[in-house]
Amino acid sequence: MKKKVKKIFQSNEPYIFLIIIILGIVVQIRSGQFFTGNNIVDLLSAMIVPGLFAIAEFMALISGGIDVSFPALASLSAYATTKILLDKGYEGNVFLAFLIAVLIGALLGAINGYFIGYLNLNAMIVTLGTSSIFQGFMQGTLRANQLSVIPQGMKKFGTDSFITATNKVNGLSSVLPYTFLILIIVCALMFFVLRYTIFGRGIYAIGGNALSAHTAGFNVKRTKFIMYIIIGMIASIGGICRVCMMQQCHPTNMLGMEMNIIAGVVLGGVALTGGAGTLTGCMLGTFLIILVQNSMILLGIPTTWSDVFVGLVIVIGVSLTALQSSRTSRSKKKAVKEGA
Amino acid sequence: MSQSLLKAEHVKISFGNVHALRDVSLEILPGEIHCLAGENGCGKSTIIKIISGVYQRDGGTIEFDGKKLEKISPIDAINMGIQVIYQDFALFPNLTVAENLALNTELASRKKTVSWKNVRKIAEEAVAKINFDVDLDEKVEKLSVAQKQMVAISRALMSNARLIIMDEPTTALTKKEVNSLFKIILKLKEQGIAILFISHKLNEVFEISDRFTIFRNGEMVATGSTKDLDDKKFTYYMTGREFNDQIFVPENMSEKPVFELKNLTLEGAFEAINFSLRRGEILGITGLLDSGRTELALSMFGLKPADSGEILKEGTPIKITNPRDAIEHKIGYVPEDRLSEGLFLTQSIGDNIIISEIDKLKKKNGQFDLKKRDEEIKRWVAELEIKTKNPDNPATTLSGGNQQRIVLAKWLACNLDVLILNGPTVGVDIGSKHDIHMVLQKLAKQGLGVIIISDDLPEVIQNCNRVLVIKNGKIRSEYDTQKVSEQMIIDDMM
Repeated sequence: MKKKVKKIFQSNEPYIFLIIIILGIVVQIRSGQFFTGNNIVDLLSAMIVPGLFAIAEFMALISGGIDVSFPALASLSAYATTKILLDKGYEGNVFLAFLIAVLIGALLGAINGYFIGYLNLNAMIVTLGTSSIFQGFMQGTLRANQLSVIPQGMKKFGTDSFITATNKVNGLSSVLPYTFLILIIVCALMFFVLRYTIFGRGIYAIGGNALSAHTAGFNVKRTKFIMYIIIGMIASIGGICRVCMMQQCHPTNMLGMEMNIIAGVVLGGVALTGGAGTLTGCMLGTFLIILVQNSMILLGIPTTWSDVFVGLVIVIGVSLTALQSSRTSRSKKKAVKEGA
Repeated sequence: MSQSLLKAEHVKISFGNVHALRDVSLEILPGEIHCLAGENGCGKSTIIKIISGVYQRDGGTIEFDGKKLEKISPIDAINMGIQVIYQDFALFPNLTVAENLALNTELASRKKTVSWKNVRKIAEEAVAKINFDVDLDEKVEKLSVAQKQMVAISRALMSNARLIIMDEPTTALTKKEVNSLFKIILKLKEQGIAILFISHKLNEVFEISDRFTIFRNGEMVATGSTKDLDDKKFTYYMTGREFNDQIFVPENMSEKPVFELKNLTLEGAFEAINFSLRRGEILGITGLLDSGRTELALSMFGLKPADSGEILKEGTPIKITNPRDAIEHKIGYVPEDRLSEGLFLTQSIGDNIIISEIDKLKKKNGQFDLKKRDEEIKRWVAELEIKTKNPDNPATTLSGGNQQRIVLAKWLACNLDVLILNGPTVGVDIGSKHDIHMVLQKLAKQGLGVIIISDDLPEVIQNCNRVLVIKNGKIRSEYDTQKVSEQMIIDDMM
């Protein structure tokens, strides 16, 4: 039992959790507004799209790869989907939107997967390249500009309330849309896939030692290929959620999110070298970034400073992690000595 | 004659223009321990890869269990009962012991989902086979090398192995660990499993194997019963040369010590280390892997500065807090893992040689003097007999022994007074080992103070005039190597 507790504290998650709590308390003391229903609901709703992206990125990092193309990929598939539905005058519900977006996402992800998996190219370079291609395609071929009207079904899905919370003090109320359920479902599915399927364990195995994975009998190339398809699908779902929630489709406003998402995932203890990290850590790290971004206003800090603070949290968080791991390895060495 | 388990005859393979195997034969009997030996690059690893289906041979026949093998894949080989334990063990460092053990079986069963109960069951069965005591939930990256090897062996046993091939399994193990590995190998033999043991350490070959085969330059030079083999023959078969190992006798030792330690202590690693070294002397330091010997080496070179105590050079106390201090005081260090610490593998051989003296290779105006550089490189390549056609080739193109020589050259180029070597011949084949020893002896005779840190006792006894034995961070004893036996040192180490 004691050993188990010790093991937990050797990982990142409890510390990130602690930082989140402390930050919450600080904001509460400063503003009195943190632990209010509507603030929590606001935070959760701000978490939806980054959360989905983080899950997608998490998978790429675990396999020892990386994906910096997901914002462009999500923008392209969400924009194309919205445009198609608008052009056809579609009035039905949101499922078709998700279906089309997922299909486009799978196709785009397959491009990444083909180059990274089958041609064994460096994931960073490939996704940097495809990111440019996706953007260029969207802005050049599709002549993307802002779509201020979106199909009825998507609009409804983005505004209908799953949970509504009202702040008794100032009367502000916040709505948590149904897109939150999508985050929960994707998260649960991903947990299952990574823990209980051979495919999921294969991703961990490849991240740990790709050569051994090959000799053990995994089809490394195909696993990577399928994984990037799934990443494309999840990113596209994120893109549609974003469009639904914003009530408009803007072709470029998701671009540039990749750095904060990757930072959040790494903050949660996911190794850039692959193989190590948990979904819990990934979600906590992402939440911490969201929290810092959103709490600026409550703390009365001008939003222009937001980037500085997010940057600080990332640098401090990652240093703490490094310190933590060097400490555990040292204490372990000592234990071995004493044992001998 | 009994039916052989594996019979490879006249196997050939070439990669491009390189004939990796010209014509080799290898016969393994059921349930025997067969040792395959040869210098680096002789084709040992290649034949393993052919037997295990990684490479396809260009010619010759292979029979396993009486059946002729044509084209086989790694999976086919595993299904027939051929298991290879590679030097890197092919484990997943980020996964738990249990999962590492069970993954292959789970994969082979072609299921799509993982049952963690089942994983545990498989893992428990696997470790029970060799009575291996380990925390199944620990991540493999946290295990010691010996434990990782046990995991790899346990995993190999899961698939009803008939032949287990171990590729240089003892390279990274301590003496104690080698002994327990040998016990396990003997136990596997009792169960009727044949072992093909790859090694180039002759004492191991004699200790463990029933029969042997030796390759040289892609050809089989000898095979037979280990009983008929002796040191001289073994070395001759391996290298095609005959050696006269010279016992080191110091000449021209200086009166005063060139290098001294007084009560040097590093918390958690070693304490109160005292010794002195004279010019012309080769001092051996030996001890178990965790005795603190490596930390001591690192402290003397400033990589892990000591907490307290003094280091004296020519009688005056000096401060060494980083490698630059050490180099300034003409102290050099050849690390244990020359590949990761001592060399820039992708850079040219020449640049590796001159890197430590690069400051001196400039013209008056501060420009890099290319002519001087080339002269220096030429000089050291010749002096240390580094076998290369072109010093502009990257260091990766050299064999282990020649790489070690570059590391030496790099230091000698700085006109050292003291040279510290940590495991100078780990992973180096017999021929190169002999050559490196000769170079070290020659250098000592020219007035260099040399410290060899090694647990290769024959090496220490043959090449040092004195030896210190370290145990649990303290000097346990000091011997004149003329008057000590290996067993006395081992008794002190344990």
